[in-house]
Amino acid sequence: MIDKTVPSLEAAVQGLDDGMVVMVGGFGDSGTPHELLNAVLERGCRDLTIISNNAGDGDRGIAALILHHRVRKVICSFPTTAHNHAVREAVERGEVELELRPQGTLAECIRAGGAGLGGVLTPTGLDTELAEGKPVYELDGRRYVVERPLRADFALVRGWRADRWGNVVYRYAQQNFNPLMAMAGRCTVVQVDHVHEVGEIDPMHVHTPGIFVDRVVRVEREVRR
Amino acid sequence: MSATRGWTEAEIARRVLADLWEGAYVNLGIGMPLLLNELLTPEMGIILHSENGILGMGPAPPPDRRDDDIVDAGKAHVTLIPGASVFHSADSFAMLRGGHLDVALLGAYQVSMRGDLANWKRPGQRIAGVGGAADISVGARRVWVMMRHLTRDGEPRLVRECTFPLTARGVVRRVYTDMAVVDVTPEGLRLAELAPGYTVADVVAATDAPLAVPESVGG
Repeated sequence: MIDKTVPSLEAAVQGLDDGMVVMVGGFGDSGTPHELLNAVLERGCRDLTIISNNAGDGDRGIAALILHHRVRKVICSFPTTAHNHAVREAVERGEVELELRPQGTLAECIRAGGAGLGGVLTPTGLDTELAEGKPVYELDGRRYVVERPLRADFALVRGWRADRWGNVVYRYAQQNFNPLMAMAGRCTVVQVDHVHEVGEIDPMHVHTPGIFVDRVVRVEREVRR
Repeated sequence: MSATRGWTEAEIARRVLADLWEGAYVNLGIGMPLLLNELLTPEMGIILHSENGILGMGPAPPPDRRDDDIVDAGKAHVTLIPGASVFHSADSFAMLRGGHLDVALLGAYQVSMRGDLANWKRPGQRIAGVGGAADISVGARRVWVMMRHLTRDGEPRLVRECTFPLTARGVVRRVYTDMAVVDVTPEGLRLAELAPGYTVADVVAATDAPLAVPESVGG
């Protein structure tokens, strides 16, 4: 019987090691797998490259990893949330390298990575410093910035419901980067509020088909809604 | 500047609202554009897009109805109106970049006479976030900017050439300020409307680029 559920957060991040590239879903707090990030922190791995829309907030999530000197590089669109001093100071110290990609480009590069495409041609950032150092390609009379696809050793995803085959349903705007990153991780780990038996989730409601998912872990959360 | 001259930020928002229409799909940027969310009513039929993956965004809920999975681009709690939908970031930016969005309302540091937009980073700033601004401004059918006409130091924000890092080139179509409504045309800037209490000469003096003034506006 296929069963992708794992019994603990520790088991969920087994094999996530030093120097790996890790995608982290979420937009602000919405859809962010905070408990999986805590498990990565406890695991103690270093020199991580983090791909995420934001770079944590306060002393939580990705910011906690940065504050504990576990991060070498961050690829994101918006690192400068109001309370995020961690990434700002680490970049200023030269400890963390920051690569900025516009949000839509970031999303599409992750999708391209998961979809086996060689890159993305986008008008976004053309002739601005956002495209500095990137090739420009002309096709049918229009110019595009060429952006490389993104893949990861681990994708840490937050969902709402999953079954034992790894079919995932997201809650409201929790989706954001999560379904895209689920496709682009060599090992995709999903933390959910509820685990279901196979057949309990209506096939028409599945956002992320189980083929993209390697591990499912249920996290009991304090209800904040 | 006296309080009786020009438009307040709320009045600018109301002026923008007069240019929107039933059925318009609209994205509101951070800052002054978010004022529109408070002015919209369901009867207007204007559908708000939030870049994190919402179409049909409604105003902030009362504190006891907040939901952490229903937030806007500034991470503030919002609501979903009847008819709303939710989706992932690639679909969200397909709507923006793919030319499906009717209007993007954005704040700005500077706009040039050719419609170049600078709104994500100050000169010399080492760490800044661009978020969705670059995709939104290249992709929306109409990019309208809401901003004060002058900086706090009295410098014009409507300029010949932006000195701030650009978000996108040649994208802004219309600018709403406390002093005027200004269109960006292939020939350059053109005054569309004066705010109460200001003269054409005031606006020309506060604009660091040639400003065409049609007769209908007092030229």
